[in-house]
Amino acid sequence: MNAFDWFVLLGTMIGIAAYGTWRTRHTDNLNTYLKGNRTTKWGTIGLSVMATQASTITYLSLPGQAYESGIAFIQNYFGLPLALIIVCAVFLPIYRKLGVYTAYEYLGKRFDQKTRLLGAALFLLQRGLQSGITIYAPAIILATVLGWRLDLTIVFTGLLVIVYTVTGGSAAVNLTQKWQMAVIFGGMLTAFVVLLVKLPPDATHIAGAMGKLQAVDFTPDLDRRYTFWSGLVGGLFLSLSYFGTDQSQVQRYIGGASIRESRLGLMFNAVFKIPMQLFIVMLGALLFVFYQFQPDTPVFFNQTEWRRHTEGAQGATFRAIEQKHAALHADKQEKIRAWVAVRDRGDAVAETNARAALAQVQQATNAVRQEARDALKAADPRAKTKDSDYVFISFILSQLPHGVIGLLIAVMFASALSSKAGELNALGTTSTIDLWRHFRPLAAHDEARNVRNAKWFTALWGFFAIGFALYVSSAENLIEGLNIIASIFYPALLGVFVVAFFLKKVGGTAVFSAAIVAQAVVVGIYFYGKAHPQHEIGYLWLNPIGCAACVLFAVVLQTVLPSRRRDDALPA
Amino acid sequence: MKSESDESESPGVPGFHSWRGVYLFVFGCFLLMVVGLAVFTHFYA
Repeated sequence: MNAFDWFVLLGTMIGIAAYGTWRTRHTDNLNTYLKGNRTTKWGTIGLSVMATQASTITYLSLPGQAYESGIAFIQNYFGLPLALIIVCAVFLPIYRKLGVYTAYEYLGKRFDQKTRLLGAALFLLQRGLQSGITIYAPAIILATVLGWRLDLTIVFTGLLVIVYTVTGGSAAVNLTQKWQMAVIFGGMLTAFVVLLVKLPPDATHIAGAMGKLQAVDFTPDLDRRYTFWSGLVGGLFLSLSYFGTDQSQVQRYIGGASIRESRLGLMFNAVFKIPMQLFIVMLGALLFVFYQFQPDTPVFFNQTEWRRHTEGAQGATFRAIEQKHAALHADKQEKIRAWVAVRDRGDAVAETNARAALAQVQQATNAVRQEARDALKAADPRAKTKDSDYVFISFILSQLPHGVIGLLIAVMFASALSSKAGELNALGTTSTIDLWRHFRPLAAHDEARNVRNAKWFTALWGFFAIGFALYVSSAENLIEGLNIIASIFYPALLGVFVVAFFLKKVGGTAVFSAAIVAQAVVVGIYFYGKAHPQHEIGYLWLNPIGCAACVLFAVVLQTVLPSRRRDDALPA
Repeated sequence: MKSESDESESPGVPGFHSWRGVYLFVFGCFLLMVVGLAVFTHFYA
């Protein structure tokens, strides 16, 4: 990065944060602070919902994942449009009608305070821990590649987002997310155009021949992670949980100028989310083709980690792997050219043979890449062996012109800030409304005190996230653990909301107990799968199973509970 | 009196008379995307 890149990066990041802080500096009304200024139009809501969902991982890791495994991940989003239609038709009108600040406040009105606290606690637990990861994940990659200090990168990113989120609340989050999304779209589009210019004419066909363009898989296998069916059913439940019951999303759309604006904002996401994700995974698949024709494609994309070993005591082993990879890479280029030539001739038999030869050399290359990872692990058990996250950033730094590099690094920070701001805003709101006001009901009418407390809670969660991100630096395997926690805690929470919306006769005690039992079932299935890998199911399936278990147990418990306990069923 | 959430109210989007129509349009777009991706997979994968 040169001075121009730094100018673009800092100018964009600090400029947007300063603008958001200045425009919303007089936000001292609780409703405005927590829900926005009630003039928010559908475009801002739509971009804000999109920005909260898409963190840096989306823009940094997803192209790398498509580079590695193709574009099948797109199926993960197939349930999203249907979920958003249900949120618009069922969830949103109820939230708006009751005028709630948080989704869990609704549970208190519909059931009882213990169910409300259960929902709020589940949200605070998983989202609070994940907010640390939202800062840590991009910081570790950018710090590694650019040679920055990891702790300073984490602290700078965290403090920047705390300043404008605490100052302006929901209004500042919505405002800054709009501009951050503009930077993200502009940057990603620029990178895509530069990549297209550098690609050979048959790039799409080559990507297809090398197995990177299998977008839809109708195989009804439960153990396959991404299929049409797991994406549609599991993705539907996962998206319903996220958009309907996670406060970081609910807060983005309940504060619209009218229900029409909120609905249109959500429908904007229902239509454009799949094309946007397709654009990102296609970028990864085409990056794969690009690197097939580069003479110096690395065997391991995290070059900082790799060089540490090639220059170390076991350097000879690593250099031998590099040479093996380089020979296979040259052979693969020949095989690709041979396949393109016979394909252009229209010789079907020769094309099949050439494709098989290409697949064989690709398999050998994958084996050498695995050998490289094993060698890294053997040399240093703490070495980071997942290099797909470094594919796109390597392309950015080596292939894009100065200025555009700064813009793309700004994209990574903008996405971290925008999703982080949504999370902090929701954590501060839930802590104020569902915890503090619950335990201090007499203070609920003191508006200035409520706003002050919301600001304090937002800042506290921000500092907690920074602290946790710094701690994760020394315990990286926690990331996987937290992702698992998030994917197994949503289903029971969604089950509680489904009962609340659709089963009016079920009361708080039944649904509270059912949620706990359903949670145990999901955890049991997950760990049984881990202990017996032959019976493990794709994690997306945990969503419909956990939700259905909660609903079923709630209905059963409601019928067997003594009548005294059933009286807590209230009309919705 | 109509509530704010009335599904039959006009969404104020040109060409649509109710929210049900908007939802059907979005669902149609989704089906089109899935069919398009299936065709894409058939041709390229």
